[in-house]
Amino acid sequence: MKRSTIDLWVGLFVAIGIAAVTFLSLKVANLTPQSGSDTYTLTADFDNIGGLKVKAPVKSSGVVVGRVTKIELDTKRYVARATLTLDKQYQFSRDTSAEILTAGLLGEQYIGLVQGGDPDNLASGDSISLTSSALVLEQLIGKFMTSFAEKGSQDAPAKTE
Amino acid sequence: MNALLNPIRRLGALSINAIWRLGFISRFFVAILLNSGQSLLRFRLTIREVYFAGVLSLIIIIVSGLFVGMVLGLQGYNTLARFGSADALGALVALSLLRELGPVLAALLFASRSGSAMTAEIGLMKATEQLEAMSVMAVNPIARVVAPRFWAGVISMPILAALFNVMGILGGYLVGVEMIGLDAGTFWSQMQNNVDLHYDVVNGLIKSLFFGMAVTLVAVFEGYDATPTAAGVSSATTRTVVTSALVILALDFVLTAFMF
Repeated sequence: MKRSTIDLWVGLFVAIGIAAVTFLSLKVANLTPQSGSDTYTLTADFDNIGGLKVKAPVKSSGVVVGRVTKIELDTKRYVARATLTLDKQYQFSRDTSAEILTAGLLGEQYIGLVQGGDPDNLASGDSISLTSSALVLEQLIGKFMTSFAEKGSQDAPAKTE
Repeated sequence: MNALLNPIRRLGALSINAIWRLGFISRFFVAILLNSGQSLLRFRLTIREVYFAGVLSLIIIIVSGLFVGMVLGLQGYNTLARFGSADALGALVALSLLRELGPVLAALLFASRSGSAMTAEIGLMKATEQLEAMSVMAVNPIARVVAPRFWAGVISMPILAALFNVMGILGGYLVGVEMIGLDAGTFWSQMQNNVDLHYDVVNGLIKSLFFGMAVTLVAVFEGYDATPTAAGVSSATTRTVVTSALVILALDFVLTAFMF
């Protein structure tokens, strides 16, 4: 086989390889280069983030407006601080509230933002003050059990009278 | 007495032979690395081998990738639909391909298609005394014959694995979206939400790089070590496929334990 034919085929082969890796990173892994100019960051403190993970979506009315980029523990107040990176085209007022919700019964957890009524918008680096924590199933069951037990103990003396 | 000792002797001989071969293959690997300067400087030698090892494997990789993806789509859909989460099909197909099936199956196919060819070629060169003729002409056969094939395998393997992944994902898309009728947007967005570039894509490619090194090392070693007869070359070719398959699967376990 001629040298130039081999070169052509190997060149095509490598090009196919590069195209495959590009496809995998862009289309499959969704490496959309979110440059810093198109996004801004907010922080939100939660008492308990439950199973929230980095890269979890931030949604408003069900529309994905950004992602959770960092989760850390504030060692002064011992609350979880989530850093949200939002798309610049979505601006939220200063009294926006954030809550941790679950998609479906056992689905992934995400942050839901509910727009408030304040005319001023949150700027980059601001903190969302109105937050509500994740529903932790164990705590929910625990509360249910204690309220059940309390009810039972209230009923019990009534019977002896 | 001899009847009692002979099986033990045979066991001893087998172990010594296994350890000797392990030592030989390690020294052979070092010899390839030390002698690969020429194959990288005269890159044309390596390009020629990339053609034979990589380009000629394209068809089998593309077709198998497509079918593996289509089977994953069908089987995954049936199982996921039972749990009411058929939407996650895209993530299932992409993750199982990127992390495991793509690198492993592409390496197995590569071993049986290109690895066996390398062994047969080098073994026949040895049987027809071409390697010795090179040594007589002061051409180092490891630098001239073995190293270019080794590097060609190392270059080709990640490319073939990436192509296998892409074809598999397209196969899963064909079955999941075009045939079963899942929503295309859900398919891709589930995939994109669950696949991480570094964790899944890059780790899978690193895996295939290791497999490429292991498969080609086994292939060129078996060829170089073959008994220089027709029967010797034939058994060396068989050993290449068997050993590569075992090495790929064992290495896959070790790499997975480290990576994920």
